[in-house]
Amino acid sequence: MTKRTISFKCHKITGGLGRGESLISADDICFYGADPDTGKIFEKGHDLEGQSVAQKVVIFRAGKGSSVVQGEGLHQLKKKGTVPAAMIIQDPDTVLVAGAVIWRIPLVDRVEKKFYKYVKNGSEVEVNADRGRITLTVESSQGSKGSREKK
Amino acid sequence: MQLTVKENKMLKGAFGPGAAEAMRIIVALGEAYDAPRMVEVSRAHEAFGASESSTWFLELFASLNARCVVPTTCNPTFDYEYLEKVGKCLPREDTDLCRRTGEARVKLGIIPSYCCTPYLQENVPRVGEVIAFSESSATPYVNAVCGARSHRESANSALAAAICGRVPLYGYLLNRNRKGEILVNVDARLRDDFDYHLLGYAVGKEAGTGIPVFDKMESLCTSPEDLTSLGAEMATSGAVSMYHIIGITPEAKDLKTAFGGKPPKKTITVTDADLRRVQRVNSQPKGKIDFVMFGCPHYNFWQVRDVARLLEGKKICKDVDFWVLTSPTTRNLAKVMGYEGIINKAGGHIIGGTCSDQVCWERFYRGKVGVTDSLKAWYYNVHRGISFILERRSACVAAALKGGF
Repeated sequence: MTKRTISFKCHKITGGLGRGESLISADDICFYGADPDTGKIFEKGHDLEGQSVAQKVVIFRAGKGSSVVQGEGLHQLKKKGTVPAAMIIQDPDTVLVAGAVIWRIPLVDRVEKKFYKYVKNGSEVEVNADRGRITLTVESSQGSKGSREKK
Repeated sequence: MQLTVKENKMLKGAFGPGAAEAMRIIVALGEAYDAPRMVEVSRAHEAFGASESSTWFLELFASLNARCVVPTTCNPTFDYEYLEKVGKCLPREDTDLCRRTGEARVKLGIIPSYCCTPYLQENVPRVGEVIAFSESSATPYVNAVCGARSHRESANSALAAAICGRVPLYGYLLNRNRKGEILVNVDARLRDDFDYHLLGYAVGKEAGTGIPVFDKMESLCTSPEDLTSLGAEMATSGAVSMYHIIGITPEAKDLKTAFGGKPPKKTITVTDADLRRVQRVNSQPKGKIDFVMFGCPHYNFWQVRDVARLLEGKKICKDVDFWVLTSPTTRNLAKVMGYEGIINKAGGHIIGGTCSDQVCWERFYRGKVGVTDSLKAWYYNVHRGISFILERRSACVAAALKGGF
């Protein structure tokens, strides 16, 4: 099966380059609800319950939880090397932003709407926060109307 | 975002690695909220506690030799020395975190106020001052009641601002974002600060992140403890960081000014029945109690005095622990005025620099039932397995004497 890449504009919050499989969450995330050893979300009833955020490009709306709790979660994941490779969000808050800076996780928002149409769980995604670009690898039947950048 | 020459230097490390790291946080926040530039702050308040991430974050900046460049106060942890003295011993891991948080704060030049209501005594801003306050209950007070301008900072972002002396310009710093959105008609009798707790919880649930405007409250007593309670609860059931009370708060001369000439997005009315419902739905059924907890947010001097008057010459039931949480400053005043003596003689404690949302309470009271006048204290202790009966101060004290309801 042939693959090609599509590139999308985004807005940098914290810089850096992160690459990995995408993991989409319908629910807001508090990283205190993830097991530091595996990166698996254990929060009961969470959309990502049982799935690992480790080295993934995690796509979600916003962070949640108090500053202390969210900070604690990211801190534990960083210590064990199970932090996300990058985070793509829609609604930034001071806690998540400060966490992304401290723990060096590329964080972007305001992604072109059509990105959300193409991205699926397990897609290959590269977040180049410094350039404000997200590159998504898709099968060639997908995304014929996207702003394409052939490899 | 446009940075000044000094800010660019700070970012590149000319003011040390601590200031550079703090600046990276502030710049990222500016990027997130499309701030055109930075503005200087005159004071800050950080809301860390004694938990692994709090301690780690403070120690990180202390190890980078960062210093706060503006007066910066801090939230309480717990006074483990006092707790041990009265026979409430804690595991070493808890007391170590508490001690390390304290040591890092000293290195960072943070004023050891250990109080969640710094706007009453230790760190008081004036109208129009740009400041960086974290602590969910402090942000609404400084914005609404003091008329100062603060973002809804997290502990992390407030510390970063204190180290750089700056915050990005957006949000509540701008006139246009401080106008009322929701009109609240209060058709209820507000007898004391407990009714303001209930009112705040009811309104916060409706308001979310919106800005409520309270009308027809001029004739009521709006003491500092009333306003502290109101804001704390609106930031518990919702995320309110700004509000107005017509004729009382500085940016609400009249309805037109409070709403910036625009009509309210919605109108709500809160009745006595609503307040009683908030109390009934969230309270544990009445029965035997194991302890009493006052002081979330920290009790001020007048509330402590009130407790002392209610307890004078009486004896608390021997099976009931009795705690009044307050700032070290207020505890000292209460000691000098003899209120601490009265509370101790009745079998209760007044403890300084201690927060209701800390690990120590879980060690003592997991699975137990307390009584409190604060919905915030109840809300943040649910995950610690502690339940609370909600009552006004006088009823809580009466229950303490009898061992329950």
